[in-house]
Amino acid sequence: MERSFEKYFRQNRLPHLWCPGCGNGIAMKAIVMAIEKKGLSQDNTVIVSGIGCSSRASGYMDFDTLHTAHGRAIPFATGIKLARPELNVIVITGDGDCTAIGGNLFIHAARRNVDLTVVLFNNSIYGMTGGQASPMTPYGKKATTAPYGAIDRPFDVCQLAIASGATYVARSTAFHVQHLTEMIAGGFDNQGFSFIEAVVQCPTAYGRKNKLPEPADMMKWMRDQAIMKPAWDKLPAEKREEKFPIGLFYSAQYEDYTTAYDEVIQRAGGDQK
Amino acid sequence: MISDITIKMARCKGCGICVAFCPKQVLALDELSKVQVVNGEACIACGQCELRCPDYAIFVDKKVSQ
Repeated sequence: MERSFEKYFRQNRLPHLWCPGCGNGIAMKAIVMAIEKKGLSQDNTVIVSGIGCSSRASGYMDFDTLHTAHGRAIPFATGIKLARPELNVIVITGDGDCTAIGGNLFIHAARRNVDLTVVLFNNSIYGMTGGQASPMTPYGKKATTAPYGAIDRPFDVCQLAIASGATYVARSTAFHVQHLTEMIAGGFDNQGFSFIEAVVQCPTAYGRKNKLPEPADMMKWMRDQAIMKPAWDKLPAEKREEKFPIGLFYSAQYEDYTTAYDEVIQRAGGDQK
Repeated sequence: MISDITIKMARCKGCGICVAFCPKQVLALDELSKVQVVNGEACIACGQCELRCPDYAIFVDKKVSQ
């Protein structure tokens, strides 16, 4: 039976060109399932992506889509949101795109609390350009530019988002598909900057260098190492090594940027309140 | 067989995720490294393969009893 989420894909563009076993396909499906769950219309939803493996997703999704410059997906999306606040704007970005090239743009959009839903596909590496270490390559893991292991400490991008002012911050993985869908759907409900990190596997550029050559091995790694937030909070520090928390980390109510901007327009127009 | 397994062969890239996560060893990769059903009778229609297929190539429907 044909699945209902298929209508959100550009059928003539499938199969996608991601490598066999790439987790981006799973994360993209989670996004469209979340869109379906929340009943967002294809006519008033915009998908904006930057550059990288993850950002190919916009080309496969049947919405108004924008494939922008490296790291610049969030500023493009901010422009769309300010011009047409009624649209649902979803940003698809990668770990390199969002935290290296677009690092500043990311923290400032979070600071402004622009009403966007940003989904970061974290594959721990620059996959498209040949496996260079990204700011989210885990410490000690190998990459083509770190053949003896990365010595840079990686970003905890969820903590970065919280510190920068995002009002909805969550993490999930490609193994936990339904959980990931729920986390993304929760981001659509939040009026403000919503950030969801989707941990995905890159078997080609990352897995083969780090003793996880099979895609399923990487997903089993996610299954075994990811701990739900409530269990993580109770976990003693010595048991946290090599593991990472998933779930909703932070959620808050704060005036979003388009509302604040409208108020400024009113004030500048001489409207005394 | 309690399930209908649909495979869109043009989409399958043979990554083996469905084979690895099938709890009943229903699936295997053939000599061209594409997924095939080798033990359809054992399928319990849990949908683990469909859930995690990154290429949307496999679909499992539970058969409705007549």
